[in-house]
This record gives sequence, C-alpha cells and structure tokens, in this order.
Amino acid sequence: MSDTAPIAGQGAGVGRSGRVALFSRALAGGLAPVLTVVAALIAFWYLACIPMNAAQSVLDASRAGAVVSPESPAERRQMGGLALALGNPGIAFEGAYSQERARLPAPHQVAAELWNSTARIAPTSPRSLIYHAWVTLSATGLGFLIGTGLGILLAVGIVHSRVMDMSVMPWAIVSQTIPIIAIAPMIIVVLYSIGIQGLVPKAVISAYLSFFPVIVGMVKGLRSPDAMQLDLLATYGASKPETFWKLRLPASTPYLFASLKIGFAAALIGAIVGELPTGATAGLGARLLAGSYYGQTVQIWSALFAAAILAALCVGLIGMIERALLGRMGMRR
Amino acid sequence: MGLIAMALALWAAGWMLNVRLATGPVAQTRAAQLAVPIIFGLTLLGIWELVVRGLDVPGVILPAPTAIAATFAAQIDLLWQDFVQTFVKGALSGFAMGCAAAFAVAILADRTEFLRRGILPVGNFMAALPIVGTAPILVMWFGFDWQSKAAVVVVMVFFPMLVNTVAGLQDTAAMQRDLMRTYGASYLQTLIKLRLPAAMPFIFNGLKISTTLALIGAIVAEFFGSPIMGVGFRISTSVGQLALDMVWAEIVVAALAGTLFYGAVAALEKRVTFWHPSHRR
Repeated sequence: MSDTAPIAGQGAGVGRSGRVALFSRALAGGLAPVLTVVAALIAFWYLACIPMNAAQSVLDASRAGAVVSPESPAERRQMGGLALALGNPGIAFEGAYSQERARLPAPHQVAAELWNSTARIAPTSPRSLIYHAWVTLSATGLGFLIGTGLGILLAVGIVHSRVMDMSVMPWAIVSQTIPIIAIAPMIIVVLYSIGIQGLVPKAVISAYLSFFPVIVGMVKGLRSPDAMQLDLLATYGASKPETFWKLRLPASTPYLFASLKIGFAAALIGAIVGELPTGATAGLGARLLAGSYYGQTVQIWSALFAAAILAALCVGLIGMIERALLGRMGMRR
Repeated sequence: MGLIAMALALWAAGWMLNVRLATGPVAQTRAAQLAVPIIFGLTLLGIWELVVRGLDVPGVILPAPTAIAATFAAQIDLLWQDFVQTFVKGALSGFAMGCAAAFAVAILADRTEFLRRGILPVGNFMAALPIVGTAPILVMWFGFDWQSKAAVVVVMVFFPMLVNTVAGLQDTAAMQRDLMRTYGASYLQTLIKLRLPAAMPFIFNGLKISTTLALIGAIVAEFFGSPIMGVGFRISTSVGQLALDMVWAEIVVAALAGTLFYGAVAALEKRVTFWHPSHRR
C-alpha cells in the first residue's frame, strides 16, 4: 500500500522531494478517494436528472412539434420517468438540464443560482442568500450559546452532585427522544403571545437541540481525569474548586470541542425548522418553504446547499479554534 | 399565593427525598435508581400543575398537566390515527428502508479500501448537514401521503447509519483477523462470524441515533404538506386554533413513541451485544 510506505525509507527521495512525496501520499491516502466519491455522487445526480425530468422535457418537445414515442399525453402520464427517458433518449437528454422548474435541477443550475444569489446581489437585499443565511445564523448562534452554557452548567452540577446525576441525567436522555421539532411551532406561538418574537423563539429551539451533545460530552470530559491525577491533587491539598479549575476543566476541553461541533450542527437544524411553522419571511427555512409553495426547485436546492455550506464553515471554524487551543494547551492529538 | 407556596414546598420535599435516596444506603439498588428520576419527574409535573393554577396561566399559553391528560383521554381515537399515520407508516417504514439500504451500501463499500476511505469522510460530512431541508423536495416528488415522509426518513437516517456501520466493520484487531485466516475462513465467513458481531456496538449506535432522527423527519415532512392526519399536521393546525391542550397531547404521543422506540432498540442492543464492556455489571 502506498500510504503505509515510510517517507524516509529506501528510495523514498528518488525522483521527488519530500514535499511532493508528502503531497502524493496525502492524495492517495485521503483526498483521491473522497474526490472520487464526490465525483461519483455528482455524476449520479446528472444521470438521475434525465429520468426525473423526462416527463417535462418530452411534453415540451411534443408541444414544439417533435415526434415522441407514445403519441398521446394520457398514455405518457401512465408511464414512469425511466420508461419515458428510455423511449425518447435524445429528447429526454436534451431537455433534462435546462428546465426552469425541473423536478430535479442539475448541479450546474443550482451552482449558478447559488452564485447569482450570493455574489451578484447586495447582501442586504431580501433576494440575497447571504441575507437569509445571516438571519438563520444569528438565531443559531444565540441558541448555540444558550444551549452550550446550559449544557456546561448542568454537566458541572451532574459531576458534582450525585442527586443531580441520578435525577437529571435520565430526563436529559428522555428529552432527546422527544422530537423537539414537534414542539417548535408551539414554542413560537406561545412566546409570540407573551410578546417575545423574532430571534428568541428560534434560538430557544436551537438551544434545546444543542444542549444535549454538550451535556453528554462535558459529563464524560469532566470525569475523564483518572484516579491517579485526582489523588495527586488530593495530596497537594487541593480544594474542590481548585480541582475543578486546574484539572477537570482543562481535561474536558477535547470532549467539549467534539460536542460543540455536533451541537452546532443540531442548532442550525433547530433554527431552520424554527422558521418553518410560522411563515417566517426571512431565513434559510423561510426560503425552503417559499420555494416549496411556488415550485421553485432551484431555490430550494440552493437554500439547502447554502445551509450545508454554512454548517460546514462553522463546524470548520470550531475545528480550527479547537486545534489552536489544544495546541497551546499541549493536548494536540 | 397558597398554590405557589405549595409548589415550592413540593420542590423542597421532592429534592430532600431524592437526596436521601441518592446518598443513603439504598443508593446502589435498582429500585432507588429508578425511583430518583421518577420522583424528580413527578415533582416537576406537580410544580407545573400548581404554578399554572396558582398564577392563573391561560390555557392558550400553558395548559395544566391534568387538562392535557383529559384531552389525551378524550381524543384517544384521533391520536391513535395520527400515531399510525406518522409513526408506523412514515417513520418506521422509512427507518427500516434507510437502515437496510445504509447497511447494504456499507457492506459493499467495505470490500474496497479505496471506497471506504472516500465514503467515511463524505458520509460524516453529510451526517452533519441539515438534511431535514430535503423535506420540501421529497414531498414534491412523492406526494403528500406517508411515502414522502418515509422518503425523508430514509435520507435522514442513511448517513449516520452508513458511517457507523462502515466504522464498525473496521473494528477488529489484526490478531482476530489473522486467526480467521489461519482457520482458512472465506470472506463471507469472516464477515458473518467475526466482523459483523464486532460491528454490532457501532451498528446499534447508528440505529439509536436513527430512532430520534426518524421521528423528527416524519414530523417535519408533514409541515410541507400532508393528508388531514398525522402528528405534525395536527400540531400545526392545533397551534393555529390555539388548542394547546391538543398540541401537548400530540407531544405526549410523540414523546411516548420516541421513548419506546429508543427503549426497544436499546433493549435489543443489550441482548445482542451482551459481551461488550459497557453492558458488563
């Protein structure tokens, strides 16, 4: 296997420098398979466009006067997309990638819409995806902060109090088997009726979804110091708060960051879902809803990808902070 | 004010009782470990009831637990119909299809090192994305009935399940694989006798994550269009009518379904992976 060959082994330096060797090793070890899978997914998407959009492209072609294989529209309606595409391969292929409201828009259409609605429109305009992403992100961020704070506080309580451990922890687990999403519309309406609206209701849902990963990770992290380390601090005569600040909290940092990443992804889902039931006019969720009302599939897909990019960027940012912080703490793995 | 004072007293009494149970000599017994969370939950319910009555909170903001229970009992037929539509038809069938598909893809991908290296990071990335967003698209493709809900569930559970199964199939030691080779075991024999059992903790981890995702997916998909039944449909229409007791009754249904579903998978896990360290006494 190329990825197990030692870089400083016999003949490793022949023909290419260490840097190039490292690069090609990274390519074979990580990048190439990932790129292959991504390319395969995109290819599959392009292929799937043909049968998915066949009904519309055959209809358009027959309206334009072309000869299509089952002549009558009634007969065509009975057929599946795949059968239609096989019956009229040329027409189905030509029509698959340029429809305005395709059942499945092609990747380049989505990419073009993403580009048009981010780079070519001022970010303050309600037609800009950056504006909608910002609305969703601000609710996500607030909810994430509340949820993380609550999760850490509860975790500290659980680690230090047996009663809390025994009484709160089972309910924290049960609370996550309840689909909070079901409660989302009610939270929004109830908070609205007592005068709170805008950012906070969405943030509450985000917070509820993101506190659980944090609580689980932090309890594990705060308990991760082993008996030897705790004994050492006991021999120093450290008090409970000192043990907490000097041993438990630093030891829990890697666990905290692992749960922050999961928590953020959950918070983003919460914010998007929080926008659905109220008929919100701004935000990625509102964009999805509007797209589904008006059959603007390209808009739905671009909102979906905007959400995915947002999640990837923010989780990546948390990962960068993690690496920098753990590096300074001497805990880099 | 009397009721509020009673709520505070109830809180204090419940907490004291729990402190006694948790720190006393009976703390390690199974009964105490069950009793403490149950007392905690009942205390919360009692406080809720007393505060709602004491402060005269209107029913359109927060109905009392007794009012919710009354609605639950009165509307049991309707709730059952919603439960069947959302949970049995939407969530369960989607869960079965999604997990089976992910399992099959994982077994196939596992045969080549190259595919596995590609699928793990991509799958991990996809699992972190807000996949619920595909709900409007899938509702558009599969119509308003349960098929589209099942499709959303399939997409939601696929990636967590795939990633866990692929990771689990790698979780054998070189020594164990070598042993199988010395026995002259074929690929299939190694898979069935060594690698699948070793992967079970991971697979069940994926299944447990998927139980919650399945319910979320089925309910969210109903916000984008549904026949006139289903948990998500009833919640969004009842919120519109400010019939919050009905909303809470549906939440109780969803909570019961979610908890029982998760509990069933966890119980199955305990039986299948009894050998795993986390299940040892």
